[in-house]
Amino acid sequence: MRRSEVIREVACCDGLNVANLGFPSRELYALQDSPRNFYMLGSMGLASSIGLGLACSQHRRVYVIDGDGSVLMNLGSLATIARYAPSNYCLLIVDNKAYGSTGNQPTHTAGAADLLKIAKSAGNGIVRRVRTIAALRRTLRVVSQRGGIIIAETDTQSEDVPIIPIAPVDIKKRFMKEVKSRSKKS
Amino acid sequence: MTGKRSRSPQPHPADSAIVNMLLKEGIAPVISLPCNMLAGLLREIERHPVAHIQVCREEEGVGIAAGAALAGKKPLLLMQNSGLGNTINALMSLTRLYHLPIFLLMSHRGGPGEKISAQIPMGEAAPRLLETLDINYIYVRSAKDFPGFATLLKKTYKQSLISAAFLSRRLWDETK
Repeated sequence: MRRSEVIREVACCDGLNVANLGFPSRELYALQDSPRNFYMLGSMGLASSIGLGLACSQHRRVYVIDGDGSVLMNLGSLATIARYAPSNYCLLIVDNKAYGSTGNQPTHTAGAADLLKIAKSAGNGIVRRVRTIAALRRTLRVVSQRGGIIIAETDTQSEDVPIIPIAPVDIKKRFMKEVKSRSKKS
Repeated sequence: MTGKRSRSPQPHPADSAIVNMLLKEGIAPVISLPCNMLAGLLREIERHPVAHIQVCREEEGVGIAAGAALAGKKPLLLMQNSGLGNTINALMSLTRLYHLPIFLLMSHRGGPGEKISAQIPMGEAAPRLLETLDINYIYVRSAKDFPGFATLLKKTYKQSLISAAFLSRRLWDETK
């Protein structure tokens, strides 16, 4: 399974998407740009936290496209997610066991670290590991309803995708407009 | 001193005044890490209808604040000044980059009366760090500083800024 295939499945879910910096944001942009997407450009490690703040602050479903290297940088976030566990929050960790945006240096999940066990031990109830697109689709249906964490194991391939040509403030403005417009309707 | 305060059932007037200012400005969520100088304030926050999220590390709090701000909220990070060091990259490459608002409300350790030597170097460096990062800050040393605090809070969210306030130990000793 490739990261871009995983991202395509999430992009179809019609939620608010928070994409990690580097390839996750760039691949999401190339696959399906939308005001529903918040592209991170810096602050490595904080995708899961940004998504949690967003999920706790409004009712629409939030999908975070994170990576193993970034989650390892902010493991405390997994305990905070378990503590508040909003049902509109889905954390998808693309685990390619490498720092994909910096040259595929191995992360500790290439060794003994197991993000499924770490996330469960942090207190999270729904944590699933998937290795195929079919399993990802099934799991996304469950997690979309109840919230939870999905660890999608992929290979290290990245697509040949451009740098996102939108200014940071414009990414924010259109995303906030999208959040605001839908919250008024509901 | 702080130990006595944390056992007291009556809220300290300084803590009540701060929570009232947060409520008046519509602050949400308060994202916090503890400090014994903040024990009474944290208890007051829990007693009031303020959204409160406890985090494991300050940098994580900057991320949560950004998510809340994207939903149009007014997030505030409550922490010790020692936690400022854990926030800096996120404040610049997330909060400042996207022009999002956050207010950093910090107990200022390392000043007069500090018993923990490890608090002194960062206590001295914290204001200078904020200056380097072009973050506007004030000291809240007594009730006289409350109007300035309320004004800076309002300005922070109106103009999508990063702002900060240092709460001095004196504030609790002198506010009656």
